[in-house]
Amino acid sequence: MAEQTTKTTEQEQSSNGASDNGKRLFGIDPDAIKAKATEDINAFKKPTRTDLYKSIFRVKHDDTPRSRTLGVLSNVFLHLHPAKINRDAVAYNYTWGMGGISFYLFWVLTWTGVLLMFYYHPTKVQAFRDILYLEHDVPFGKLLRNMHRWGAHAMVLTVWLHMYRVFLTGSYKKPRQFNWMIGVILLVLTLLLSFTGYLLPDDQLGFWAVTVGTNMARATPLLGHEGPFGIQFGMTAYNDVRFALLGGSIVDSNALLRAYIWHCVAIPGFAATFMIVHFWRIRKDGGISGPAPMVLQKEIKPLRR
Amino acid sequence: MDWHQLWTIISLPDNIPIVGLMFLIPFYTWYAFRQAFANDRLIDQLESDPEMAKTHHRKTQPYQKGWAREVHVWPYLLRIEFLSAIIVTAILMVWSITLDAPLEEPANPTLTMNPSKAPWYFLGLQEMLVYFDPWIAGVLMPTLIIIGLIAIPYIDTNPLGNGYYTYKQRRFAIWTFLFGFVILWCAMVVIGTLIRGPGWMWFWPGQTWDHNKLIFEVNRDLHEILGITDPILYGIFGFLVVGGFFLITAFGIHKLMTLTEFNRKILARMTLLQYLTMQVLLITMIGLPAKMAARLLFRIKYVWVTPWFNI
Repeated sequence: MAEQTTKTTEQEQSSNGASDNGKRLFGIDPDAIKAKATEDINAFKKPTRTDLYKSIFRVKHDDTPRSRTLGVLSNVFLHLHPAKINRDAVAYNYTWGMGGISFYLFWVLTWTGVLLMFYYHPTKVQAFRDILYLEHDVPFGKLLRNMHRWGAHAMVLTVWLHMYRVFLTGSYKKPRQFNWMIGVILLVLTLLLSFTGYLLPDDQLGFWAVTVGTNMARATPLLGHEGPFGIQFGMTAYNDVRFALLGGSIVDSNALLRAYIWHCVAIPGFAATFMIVHFWRIRKDGGISGPAPMVLQKEIKPLRR
Repeated sequence: MDWHQLWTIISLPDNIPIVGLMFLIPFYTWYAFRQAFANDRLIDQLESDPEMAKTHHRKTQPYQKGWAREVHVWPYLLRIEFLSAIIVTAILMVWSITLDAPLEEPANPTLTMNPSKAPWYFLGLQEMLVYFDPWIAGVLMPTLIIIGLIAIPYIDTNPLGNGYYTYKQRRFAIWTFLFGFVILWCAMVVIGTLIRGPGWMWFWPGQTWDHNKLIFEVNRDLHEILGITDPILYGIFGFLVVGGFFLITAFGIHKLMTLTEFNRKILARMTLLQYLTMQVLLITMIGLPAKMAARLLFRIKYVWVTPWFNI
């Protein structure tokens, strides 16, 4: 009851307008506000102590081994890595970094590709005009398209060099045989991604490259109408494997649409899936293959089957 | 000599990757072999000195007692990844600002491009079309390349050289891969870009790409040279030639595989299935340069002609 009385008095006082000695504003003590504000400002000086920060970053980021480990392991993007790796495995002369660069380029291509999709219609009427529009009117449109094309070229190169390095270090050997297989599939998908993208500007270059490329499908044994035993197998220009690829007997609007869907949806989906397996298996097969201690000829163990 | 022609081809923005390839492949080959030879020297030392082999850490990387075997991913790996991402982005940005992606006239089915070329990474396959029918060059060979690459770990029974550069311990495998990747794939891409001009004709670097050039090549089938006219006879004859090629090449490959004591040891570890798979893949691979030689040196079009397919 006593408290209630006090409150009433405070209310009365504040309703009287400005407080008598300037200490109270609408019944609140300015000193208390000042103290609170100082508290908040001080909290900003140490942002890592705030609840907001702690709710986002779950671990400390100081210089202790424990924090360094947790910083990698408790982060969804970084936890692909182990906490620690062999000290020699970070050597560029061993790894060449080509696998990581390929992945990064895939990421760049995904982003630039999504942005390009905003300006592109996969139809015979609009496709070529959209490229002209991109080049001349869309802000940074030319840069976007250039980055997408050169990034794609670069990715083909880095994927080849990655394979070259993995071969020359013998990294496909036990226990990494299966991951090499996944890698070969990813290599093929990279080439197919680039190839399906070639048609999309709908210009002479892409049209004839894809015409040359898909004409080979005509010659598929059994499944192409010009291939060995194709005719005997009942193949014509209207039901063979080339027809399935193009959605017609010539490179036309259906082929454009098919190339678009393969390029923007299906193949990136497959590639992303195989990449997940690829990265997963790197970890499960014992991380990066080396540089491993060398084995001598006389130390070859007899084969056990 | 028309060196401007060469410049026209090389300076085409879409051909940058091929120019890159011509520097990157030799550079990385040198880079890998430099380490391989350094490792090989260490292997020689270790093999001649059993005491050293017992205590040595067996790498050419620096090593001192008391050094931690492992380092933290944060920061030692992540900073490299971060830095490479920045460098790659910078290169890509500069590349994209300075050079424009090509855009030709709108697609026109009535106007054939000459030369009409596949994307640069498939030029090896397009080059094969000169020597083989499309069902081999465009379908069978690509399939076998993919299968062959996938098969590598399963037919390579050499346990050495797992996770380090070496030449000495993997001579056969390395020569095979260099032959397949650098010569038959990358070099063919370079030929397809720089050498093959209008009409897919051969123009040496420095020769003008003359659209009116005509070459009257009389390509004959092998049986025509030998004067066999009966279809059944030359069908059988072609089969014998191709079969003979397989047998002779198989014999040659077998010789190579049993050349040294070490090779014989590795061969003994192979199952029959592994051995046969490897033979078929290698013979097919050698089939390409063999057919190229037959075409370029002897103007032979087909060696085996049947009513259903020609090889």
